[in-house]
Amino acid sequence: MTTAITILFFGIAYGMILYLISVGLSVTMGLMNIVNLAHGVFAMLGGYITVTLMNHLGVPFLLALAAGCVLVAILGFVLERLLYRHLYGRSELDQVLFSIGLIFVSAALARIAWGPLAQPIELPDYLKGQVEFLGLELPTYRLALVGFGFAVIAGLWFGFDRTLFGARIRATVNNREMAQSVGIDTDRLFALAFALGTGLAALGGGLGADVLAIAPTYPLQYIIYFLIVVAVGGLGDIKAPFLAAILIGLADTACRYFLPEVGAIFIFAFVFVVLIWLPAGIMQWRRS
Amino acid sequence: MGIPAMISRRLFGIAFGTGAAVLLAGALQAQAQTVKIGVILTYSGRDAALGEQIDRSIDLFVKLHEKELPQGVKIELIKRDDTGVNPDLAKRLAQELVLRDKVQILTGGQWTPNAMAVAALTKEAKIPFVTMTAGGSAVTLQSPYVVRTGWTLWQTSYPLGEWAAKQGWKNGYTVVSDFAPGHDGEAAFTKSFTENGGKIIGSVRIPLKTTDYLPYFQKIKDMNPDVVYVFNPGGPQATAFMKAFDDVGITKSNIKLIGPGDITASDELPNMGKRALGVITMLQYSPAATRKANVDFVAAWKKEYGANTVPNYFAAAGWDGMRAIFDVIKAQNGKIDPDATMKLLRQWKNPNSPRGPVRIDEHGDIVQNLYMRRVEEKDGVLANVEFATIEQVGDPWKVLNKK
Repeated sequence: MTTAITILFFGIAYGMILYLISVGLSVTMGLMNIVNLAHGVFAMLGGYITVTLMNHLGVPFLLALAAGCVLVAILGFVLERLLYRHLYGRSELDQVLFSIGLIFVSAALARIAWGPLAQPIELPDYLKGQVEFLGLELPTYRLALVGFGFAVIAGLWFGFDRTLFGARIRATVNNREMAQSVGIDTDRLFALAFALGTGLAALGGGLGADVLAIAPTYPLQYIIYFLIVVAVGGLGDIKAPFLAAILIGLADTACRYFLPEVGAIFIFAFVFVVLIWLPAGIMQWRRS
Repeated sequence: MGIPAMISRRLFGIAFGTGAAVLLAGALQAQAQTVKIGVILTYSGRDAALGEQIDRSIDLFVKLHEKELPQGVKIELIKRDDTGVNPDLAKRLAQELVLRDKVQILTGGQWTPNAMAVAALTKEAKIPFVTMTAGGSAVTLQSPYVVRTGWTLWQTSYPLGEWAAKQGWKNGYTVVSDFAPGHDGEAAFTKSFTENGGKIIGSVRIPLKTTDYLPYFQKIKDMNPDVVYVFNPGGPQATAFMKAFDDVGITKSNIKLIGPGDITASDELPNMGKRALGVITMLQYSPAATRKANVDFVAAWKKEYGANTVPNYFAAAGWDGMRAIFDVIKAQNGKIDPDATMKLLRQWKNPNSPRGPVRIDEHGDIVQNLYMRRVEEKDGVLANVEFATIEQVGDPWKVLNKK
């Protein structure tokens, strides 16, 4: 029983890491319909800013995390105005080529600035080791990740489903011309949504840095995880990637505990089967 | 910024190798004998830190010993990046180095899968290949043109199994990275541990690209063995392993962690912190060793790369590899004959390596002392402190499988 609960917890914690690094993509790709493969770039940058502030300036972890999130969101806003704006309505191939190009450029820049090595991160003492929780000894860092993940999904759900800002975004995504004609400033709205997506990516990069190491190869190395979560979740919904990430985290963790000899193949086989069954992601199953 | 400078130096090296050398070679050939050495290492990605250790060792050796080369003999290093475990790329790079750049000696060989691919190629190309840190036993069997200056996993794990069993530990568990050296380490430890009365109650192989180790380690904790044999290829992965052991609470339990020295690599100890205290490992090199050759080596390293950098066992293997290459160049006065070179390399010895006395045996494998070390805190700094020595160990696998 203890084993089952521990595995459940590890699965959710791992899913939460996947969710935190992918949730930004579900905003830019899922809501704004831009195929933004360069999502990892913003996560990487958030990670770099967090780690650099901590290691070189002694900034506390949470403050460094917030700084990374805000700085990258500002950069996202600027990039949206300068570059991404031109991609709305262009073909998916154009968007893919553009964002892959951006990955290569930013990986090279990161390498010049921080070197090719992975950045070590030392978590603050209150996130190290284990805590007693419901009679179980659980790793503190993972528990904090789970807490963060739930806070983020709650915040996003509230933001998109219950505020005027969210309603405007949903309206703009559904029908841009109509939204404009009722007086919504769609340009500004998309820039803000994009900044939000990149800020979330940076948050995920910083929070997950202890598990997914920050190095110039980050955007390409983990692109598969972002895409799996968004593909299994399906587009156009803010809660679906959350369910998808938890599902993948649980399945992968259970496999590694009970069937370690299957190795890395399992997760891909799992996604394969899910997508054959539900080509548009798990939201399709919920709708039907 | 040291690293950008290093990159530009490397880029210059590459540019020099492919472009300028072609132009200059003709003009200079009359006066100078240039020996071209192809170096294939991991210069980018998660495990670039390990490649950097070897690369720095090579550069430092050349800088300090270039003047020892015979009159008119020069060496030229042509460096290539294999980006990690990637045998196809390593093979292609080796092909280009041999066919286009006309290198006379190949070296590097950081990863076993890559070294296997390159070694297979040297059999046809007849190019001597000094593999520095690949630890899979089979590498030196791939071709008569390969020698190894690093270590094998059998070397560091076979004696360890016996030692562990003699501590009275009955139940063992093995957890290794899922690639050739990991399989070797698992087999070596299992064999000697069970031969000496121990029992393996579980084993797991973790894919190299894994980022979340907790499920594997939770299972170990649930099985509650006396001792866990661990292998990973060192570098950032070693720290990730140690953090995960700590996260599931194994470091604070009665379960002992042991393994080859990779798992507590000295350069990663500061990142691991106190989690690593008490872990017992077996390895051929520790920068904390006090023999003179090592003290000089570490001092030269710190002078070149900064006081807070430490050469690890990858660096020591690269250092001896370069020493061997220099010795065969000197012995042949810069005219490299592949078969004569291999004959020299298979008899090569160095009584004064930073690791102590080393030599290469008839299998092309290194024979060296192995040291038992425990992670301890000395003056507030973590170090692998040596507490026992096993003299002059060859590759046990070759000995056990000798017909």
